[in-house]
Amino acid sequence: MSLVSATIGALTPGRKKAGDANHWPGLAFMACVFFAYVYLPIAVLIALSFNENELVTIWTGFSLDWYIIALQNEDMIRAAGNSLLIACVASFCATALSTLAAVQMSRDRFKGQSAMNALVALPLTVPEIVTAVASLLFFATLGVTQGLITVMIAHTVFCIPFAYLPIRARLEGLDPRLFEAANDLYATPVQTFRRVTLPLMMPGILSGAVLAFIISLDDFVTTFFVGGAGSTTLPIYIFGLIRVGVSPEVNAISSIMLLVSVAMVSISLLLGRGHERG
Amino acid sequence: MTIIDSTAAPVAGYDSRKRNLRRQRLLLIGPAVGAITIFMVAPLLLMAWISIQTRDFSGSVVWNSYSAEAYLRFIFERNLDDSLSLNFDYLLIIWRSLWLAAITTGLSLLVGFPTAMFMATRPKKWRPALVFLVTVPFWTNLLVRNYAWILLLRDHGTINSALMGIGIINEPLPLLHNSFAVSVGLTYSFLPFMVLPIYSSLEKLDMRMVEASFDLYATRLQTLRRIIFPAAMPGVVAGAILVFVPCLGSYVTPELLGGGKTMMIGNLIGLQFGAARNWPFGAALGFGLLAMVLLAMTFYALKSGKSKQGISL
Repeated sequence: MSLVSATIGALTPGRKKAGDANHWPGLAFMACVFFAYVYLPIAVLIALSFNENELVTIWTGFSLDWYIIALQNEDMIRAAGNSLLIACVASFCATALSTLAAVQMSRDRFKGQSAMNALVALPLTVPEIVTAVASLLFFATLGVTQGLITVMIAHTVFCIPFAYLPIRARLEGLDPRLFEAANDLYATPVQTFRRVTLPLMMPGILSGAVLAFIISLDDFVTTFFVGGAGSTTLPIYIFGLIRVGVSPEVNAISSIMLLVSVAMVSISLLLGRGHERG
Repeated sequence: MTIIDSTAAPVAGYDSRKRNLRRQRLLLIGPAVGAITIFMVAPLLLMAWISIQTRDFSGSVVWNSYSAEAYLRFIFERNLDDSLSLNFDYLLIIWRSLWLAAITTGLSLLVGFPTAMFMATRPKKWRPALVFLVTVPFWTNLLVRNYAWILLLRDHGTINSALMGIGIINEPLPLLHNSFAVSVGLTYSFLPFMVLPIYSSLEKLDMRMVEASFDLYATRLQTLRRIIFPAAMPGVVAGAILVFVPCLGSYVTPELLGGGKTMMIGNLIGLQFGAARNWPFGAALGFGLLAMVLLAMTFYALKSGKSKQGISL
């Protein structure tokens, strides 16, 4: 607020200015409502996972028993192993495919390129349930037995845009003169790629890979429809437990998953920040 | 480069370079595009084809038996004597999905807009932390998020126990397994998609515009209407689409929080591939959902084109 306006305000009594641009009545209150809405359910879930009582809702005392029981549950461990395996394979494949495509797409201009960009982003547009049942029909018609392999393929496909977009964004931000310089210094295309392009695009590749990993790890719908015997992932396993009913063991497993997700996102953010500084 | 080439072997050099480029494109872009074409476009086309087939009594698809039966099922029911009679059960589910998606979008806007504005009016150094706080729940597993709401809403859940403990109610309120639970759960799932676009729109707004408006004796309401809402509009439209579209196709939330009575299209589709076993109908429903999503996106494309013009004016 300028001095002039303050003076005018003082000179014209009866007309009051509405006030400070950064302070609005009710805003802070609504933000509090928002954050309570977002974090209360999570807080309740974590609190109840430490409850020694089996009735889940009534607090009787602190205990780590449910975590111990959950971590000794072999079905759960196996499901978690499947989840990790699928997420590793899918995020690796998706990142590799996306890296290749992004390199060429960013330095090339050709007819139908925007159509190809749209095609790569297709898994983001089509509702997941539609893709899932279409894949189910596809594999069933071809006579492929549904299991780990089909889930890995389906995950790779829907992870592609999540890996592709950060890599592409990183490449767009690079100075093309760097590649010209490498060329001028008689580097072969392969050398240029290995020594110049790849190191420069690494932050994009990393964040794309982490994003794809998290998306695959969290997926339920696609795995539910495309999977079969032997491809039970952690979300599928938890879904089965929740269907049966609320139990303190599910609270503990859910809390662990929550913690892992938050930790991974924090790590990927920190990684990204470190690279920005570099 | 071109000059040297043209003196040496103009045509051959150009041709081989072009061939090289084509090979490069095929090798580099080919795998990603190919994977999506084979494992996504082809399945969708197969689904389109299956949606115009009939099924036999066991539920499997009868190939090359073209019929619009699956699409007729949207409105009609085939009686035992093979006559058709109107049946609005499925339309009701589609209507409910649209309605729940709309309610969720409205709720998200109601809570999300003030939050986004709150974030945009904080000092710059606090904003990244606030953005992080908004996105954290989004990264937690969808099942876990919905499960947390089951803990809160069920008959002996946290909310009912608390209310009964204070003595406001004597019997638990029926909070779970209805449309209310589904809309609360959906709003919870997609809220960041509303807050973040609005925030990024408002962050670009020069706060001196707001101060100038106040200096010119505009009331808060006038300033909101004339300065802040127009600036936030692109974010609001983007947020609305980002909430509405995934809501329409949601599966997990209605499955867990809605129970059998509050089915949405996603669950109806899922059912056709499970217990009901009617693949053509499931495929047709899938296309109905896809059509609605594409319609919403087209609307967004038109709308966002307009609002961009609005800003330049």
